[in-house]
Amino acid sequence: MSHTTVNRKPTVAIHKFSSCDGCQLAFLNLGEQLLQVADAVNIVHFVEAGAIQFDTPVDIAFVEGSLSTEEEVERIHAVRQQSQYLVTIGACATAGGIQALKNLHDAHAWTTSVYALPDYISTLSTASPISKAVHVDLELHGCPVNSYQVLSTIRALLFGVTPPLEQDKLCSECKRLGQVCVMVTQQMPCMGPVTRTGCGVICPRQQRDCYSCYGPAETINTHSLSQCLQETGLARDTIARRFALFNNQSPEYVKAIAQLGEST
Amino acid sequence: MSTRDLTITVPVLARVEGEGGLDIVVKAGQIEQLALRIFEPPRFFEKFLEGREYHEVPDIVARICGICPVAYQMSAVHAIESIFGVKTTPWIRKMRRLLYCGEWLESHNLHIHLLAAPDFLGYKSATEMAAQYSAELKRGLSLQHLGNAIIRMLGGRSVHPVGVKVGGFYKAPSHEDVRKLIADLRAAIPQAEALVRWTASLGLPDNHQDFVSVALHHSEEYPLNEGDLMSDVGLFIPISEYEQHFREFHVPHSTALHSLLHEKPYLVGPLARVNLNYAQLPLSVRLNVERTAVQFPSNNMFHSIVARAVEVHFALLEALRILEQYELPDRPYVEVTPRAGTGFGCTEAPRGMLWHTWTLDERGQVLATRIVPPTSQNQPRIEEDLKWSLEAMGLDHSDEALRLRAETVIRNYDPCISCATHFLKLNVLREG
Repeated sequence: MSHTTVNRKPTVAIHKFSSCDGCQLAFLNLGEQLLQVADAVNIVHFVEAGAIQFDTPVDIAFVEGSLSTEEEVERIHAVRQQSQYLVTIGACATAGGIQALKNLHDAHAWTTSVYALPDYISTLSTASPISKAVHVDLELHGCPVNSYQVLSTIRALLFGVTPPLEQDKLCSECKRLGQVCVMVTQQMPCMGPVTRTGCGVICPRQQRDCYSCYGPAETINTHSLSQCLQETGLARDTIARRFALFNNQSPEYVKAIAQLGEST
Repeated sequence: MSTRDLTITVPVLARVEGEGGLDIVVKAGQIEQLALRIFEPPRFFEKFLEGREYHEVPDIVARICGICPVAYQMSAVHAIESIFGVKTTPWIRKMRRLLYCGEWLESHNLHIHLLAAPDFLGYKSATEMAAQYSAELKRGLSLQHLGNAIIRMLGGRSVHPVGVKVGGFYKAPSHEDVRKLIADLRAAIPQAEALVRWTASLGLPDNHQDFVSVALHHSEEYPLNEGDLMSDVGLFIPISEYEQHFREFHVPHSTALHSLLHEKPYLVGPLARVNLNYAQLPLSVRLNVERTAVQFPSNNMFHSIVARAVEVHFALLEALRILEQYELPDRPYVEVTPRAGTGFGCTEAPRGMLWHTWTLDERGQVLATRIVPPTSQNQPRIEEDLKWSLEAMGLDHSDEALRLRAETVIRNYDPCISCATHFLKLNVLREG
């Protein structure tokens, strides 16, 4: 994309689908750096910040949230068509997010049991990652993503390079930081061995177990972790619930949940 | 008054959190229909929570909202601890108050500077405003940053922090972390004072109307985490009696519920809190307000932005007060033993009172929960205000002027639409 920077400012859009808005805060919480970003790129669409030009083609579109209505599925196709790079930010956009737990249940029954006027509620029976509907160029993992992730992505794309993808396990980073293992020393049910790094090891540094808000790392062994956790006395359904959280639609975790549900 | 017919449609509301729009139909000079449409998809949180263990709750409820995760964590842990009969330590109570101060600083400054102020200065966005109001914007963003720093110290990160557990905190901050923060907070006091005076000088529209303010009230302190529910028309009840006075219902144009107190709209949020609890603000906060032309209690809805700034000043001083007395605890939490029961939690989220009830079984697994966020509560009040404000302004103004005023009115409440659509529960029968 570097050629586009010669004559004009690169353009960026930030779109929201079903979500808590937490990943957009990777921009809104930048402090003074937000003003620098607004200087370096032209943010043409970012509803929460007041920019509404949905139909303008952009160089980079950041997408937060999962697809859970017909309208959202239509809208993501339009976003794809007018964006050179489409980057998903966060667990909802990359893995369906927590609302995708409804995929494991009868969402229609939920709607009719909880709404006084269910006919007015238009919702799909599933919440899906963006990649289910359109091609995604880059996925930023995390519930939520942080400012470092989005800024380094913008910077790399502006220089015309593909940003390095963080795929290492949280465990490795924990060791590199010299953090005492909470699983070995305190028998906490830590998800570090099956979780992608990138958060800064915040949970073990807070003296607690990782709950995998960044989703699966590469080449993980969920079966082995499930067995270890069972040996510490945890019930299978408790372990399954640890996989069935913010990244519950990641294929590796779907498999782990299914295995834990099988009778031994 | 003009008698022309017109339709105002705002397909997507800018500078609010979440997805909403607005439809207004005027016939023969009267507002015939008015609907704040909230079309953000429902996210079914209260269903996901069924069957989860009590210790999973703080991490899950945080995801209802990226902007005010602490509020959801606080209302939930209080309710669960009340079921278990947990007695926390003064240290835990102070640190929770501190964490909440961080969230007020973060959320209030985000709203004042990035969402609301452009309306009063004639800009479409904060970045447009940056050229002429660079110093004010930087001041606001640095105050927002301090809020994030407080949350990060206690919770590892500012969005969806991980430090809170049922029974206290996972880890106590070090003296070194606290010392650094104290220095930064102290240096920001003049900025917070100036912020209050700046918001009061914004040339806010005259918008005096009748409304009922509702907030927590605590006998000894400005309310954050604890208190009884109070209104300015005589309500004074423990939080456990909420459901006997407030009623939620579903309207066709919104995926968030509406809420009424004794069948009438009411206001929650900074203006309601300041109106009801002004006397409990520190003297220096009140003296600073008295240097402006604004007085509390106020029935000018646009004084909400001043109330928000007043709470920024308060939260900064309160955080500093807590940190200056900081001592390392023996342990940052107390052990808890699950037991069955139903409990209530109610705290003051940045946008207003956030009420929870939880029912757990004897192992501490969630059987049922009901979470009433501030935006649901404010929705009927926003619609009532829109009708009042547009008619007071005069419907013969141009469509563009009316649309801008309508959007300004809505943004003034800082509605958090993602929060409001976390889940909806059947509470009222179909009408007609």
